[in-house]
Amino acid sequence: MWSFSKIADFIHEFLGSYLNSTWTMIAEMVIAGVAVIGLFALLGLVLVIMERKVSAWIQIRLGPNRVGPKGMLQSLADTLKLLVKEAMTPGGADKFLFNLAPYIAMIVAMLLMAPIAFAKDFQLWDLNIGVLYITAVSSISVISILMAGWASNNKYSLLGAMRSGAQIVSYELSAGLAILTIIIFTGDLQVSEIIKSQADGWWIFKGHVPAIVAFIIFIIAVTAETNRAPFDLAEAESELTAGFHTEYSGMKFALFFLAEYVNVFIVCAIGATLFLGGWMPLHIGHWTGFNHVMDYIPSSMWFFGKTFFLIFVIMWFRWTFPRLRIDQLLNLEWKYLLPLSMLNILLATAIAILGWHF
Amino acid sequence: MFITKYIKDVFGALKSLGVGMKRTLYYFTHHKEIITEQYPDNRETMHLPERFKGEVVMPHDEKNEHRCTGCTACELACPNGTIKVVTKFEITPEGKKKKAIDKLVYHLELCTMCNLCIVACPSDAIKMAQTFEHSVYDRNELTKILNNPGSKIMDGVE
Amino acid sequence: MFEEIGTNAEGDMMINMGPQHPATHGVLHLVITLNGETIKKVDPHLGYIHRSIEKMCESLTYRQFIYVTSRMDYLSAHINNHACAMCVEKGMQIEVPGRAQYIRVIMDELTRIASHELWWGAMSMDLGAFTPFFHSFRERETINDIMEETCGARLTMNYMVPGGVMNDIHPNFQRRVKEFIQLYKRKIHEYDELITGNVIFQNRMKGVGVLTAEQVISYGCTGPVARGSGVSCDVRKWWPYEVYDKVEFNEVIETGGDSFARYLIRMKEMDQSIRIIEQLIDNIPDGDFQAKTKAVLKLPKGEFYSKVETARGELGVYIVSEGGTTPYRIKFRSPGFSNLSILHDMAKGGKIGDLIASMGTLDLVIPDIDR
Repeated sequence: MWSFSKIADFIHEFLGSYLNSTWTMIAEMVIAGVAVIGLFALLGLVLVIMERKVSAWIQIRLGPNRVGPKGMLQSLADTLKLLVKEAMTPGGADKFLFNLAPYIAMIVAMLLMAPIAFAKDFQLWDLNIGVLYITAVSSISVISILMAGWASNNKYSLLGAMRSGAQIVSYELSAGLAILTIIIFTGDLQVSEIIKSQADGWWIFKGHVPAIVAFIIFIIAVTAETNRAPFDLAEAESELTAGFHTEYSGMKFALFFLAEYVNVFIVCAIGATLFLGGWMPLHIGHWTGFNHVMDYIPSSMWFFGKTFFLIFVIMWFRWTFPRLRIDQLLNLEWKYLLPLSMLNILLATAIAILGWHF
Repeated sequence: MFITKYIKDVFGALKSLGVGMKRTLYYFTHHKEIITEQYPDNRETMHLPERFKGEVVMPHDEKNEHRCTGCTACELACPNGTIKVVTKFEITPEGKKKKAIDKLVYHLELCTMCNLCIVACPSDAIKMAQTFEHSVYDRNELTKILNNPGSKIMDGVE
Repeated sequence: MFEEIGTNAEGDMMINMGPQHPATHGVLHLVITLNGETIKKVDPHLGYIHRSIEKMCESLTYRQFIYVTSRMDYLSAHINNHACAMCVEKGMQIEVPGRAQYIRVIMDELTRIASHELWWGAMSMDLGAFTPFFHSFRERETINDIMEETCGARLTMNYMVPGGVMNDIHPNFQRRVKEFIQLYKRKIHEYDELITGNVIFQNRMKGVGVLTAEQVISYGCTGPVARGSGVSCDVRKWWPYEVYDKVEFNEVIETGGDSFARYLIRMKEMDQSIRIIEQLIDNIPDGDFQAKTKAVLKLPKGEFYSKVETARGELGVYIVSEGGTTPYRIKFRSPGFSNLSILHDMAKGGKIGDLIASMGTLDLVIPDIDR
């Protein structure tokens, strides 16, 4: 059957037959880099049109329906528009940092692509501390926002960046603790091992209450970490006009925009990997017939299906809830989510020690 | 005591969020509730009420006759100086001089569609048309002459 | 290379919110002194949309000047026109026919609902929820369609004239208003589901922008802003005009004084407006829709004042006449101006988010403030 891993093997063998091992590796890295950039552009286009359609239907509108079939090429047209727009740098801005910030946001998002398993045996880099790597790298993204806000020399940007700093740093705690719950169950940091441990059932089903609580906390925390509404205080349109990217225009703005969506994709992919079994098909106990049918669905479909479901949930949040205030946002983290997730970890540890999970 | 309140808070909050999400999910899945009107496409089926105030026009009958006597009531009623009545003297078949309009100049760019001229007109010579696509490239095109060239006053209108 | 972020002498950050800002709904310019996120001072700067409407009115006749007042508080255009028409009628001692009175009150209440619907959506948008805006516009659109059918315009109707209303109601009017009442009753619970009950919204609103009754009275606030602090000031109850003394409705009063109280007032006022319309819509008496008036209106020498309750509060119209065809002086006491002046007291000590939330509950219409 057609699958990503076969393509990857084929390319590897094809290159191996012509080149020695070093050059094969270099060629493969180039291919992977191009593929990641391509995936980036594709994700940006798909997620923007998805968000616009989701918001339109929730808001009893039609949404984009003019460019291309059913408006599906709208985001492509928008990208073209952003490409030809002038990328201005304000006079009072720190030019170097101002122009650097969007690229840092992009690079962070790109680095996070590495340990994600898109399909069975299809992963850029299956390092043995995969989950630790993800939590470590994702905390760099706050630097790009702070840099953008500070270098813009705009008060709205500065306020947005400072809000974002406080927000991302605090919500990383509960996101990390939620991830830790699953790691307690699996006892492994390697992404492929975590997925393998869910062959007989996803952790959200196997892990009893702690896994479900951890999943809810994880979704809330990553919504805040990616600066999505109702936690979009960094841009807070009605308060700070556009927050940290007020002064950005053209492609530099588009890079921030893209990085936001790719970040959403990545955190949802991580959530799908940890809680919903990554590319593992849905298996229910001893229903062998049902399990066989599920196995016929390609693993990449499972992964993208779960990821896009989580992305939809995050978009659904955005178009339903009002925004929190900055002190309420920090209250929610320090008074509710953090104590809850600590209690949750205790419970999860007890369950893991007693072997109560399936 | 504190713990029960805390737990109650958390569940109450989650419930209120769930209610809102249920409502938005309803609209997400029920596309028949969509109320968007795709305006330039629905020009044919679009219905404007007959009282809609779009622009002042002067109806003419098939003999190119209108009902305007040139009494300047509309000009006086207009708050913005939108209407200018230019009169001339016509010689009637009996050889008498009679006042009639030469031009009724209407400045659409000044008009606020307040309907006062229509109300003021004693002979129902002008009325509101249901047009609304008034954009033009040159603003001089907004200054209109309401009576058709060569038109005459209808018989029996004084 | 780096310039210092602009601060004042005490080292506080000064920030200009507006005249072009998504939350100031128009061209309001707020100069805010900030200490971090905490607001120390709010200084509203006005005049960006001043069109000297009062001066314009002095050069127009008593029939003509009414249309200008639609452009003051464009969300309650009918009620503005009503106030002016009433003032002229008072001067001319014109008796308005019963039919016209009923039509006027129904139109006023429909306008009030439409205005509150828009406020609900816009305020939710200030708080970061975009969906309510579109949902409230669905109901508001129905009202606008009814207005369009009877008055010929959707926003600036110029329907009230001295002596009555300009046209009789459209034959479909009563049926469509009843349909709207059905639609409203079917959909209003969604507003509570989406926003009122939402825990984030309640936390944003409760205890924010608290105003005491003393503050409200000393600033001259009226309308839902004053009633939210427990001050009874509904012109419809205290100085009933037209048929308001014949219908049953409650003056909605909350004593909380915070943003949530003001929010609840407007939500409940919509219900009361529906109640008034339900009582009137089937009982519109037959007769003239306009009293017989002279072609040229001349107010006798003297001073005339009339006031109505708009969606934002008390609108007063004060005409000084020298006996001619145009007023000598016209003064509008607009509710928005007094309500805006209390903004500093509301927002002081709060966060930027609080300022936006409490400004949303003031329901500001900037052309009404500047005129």
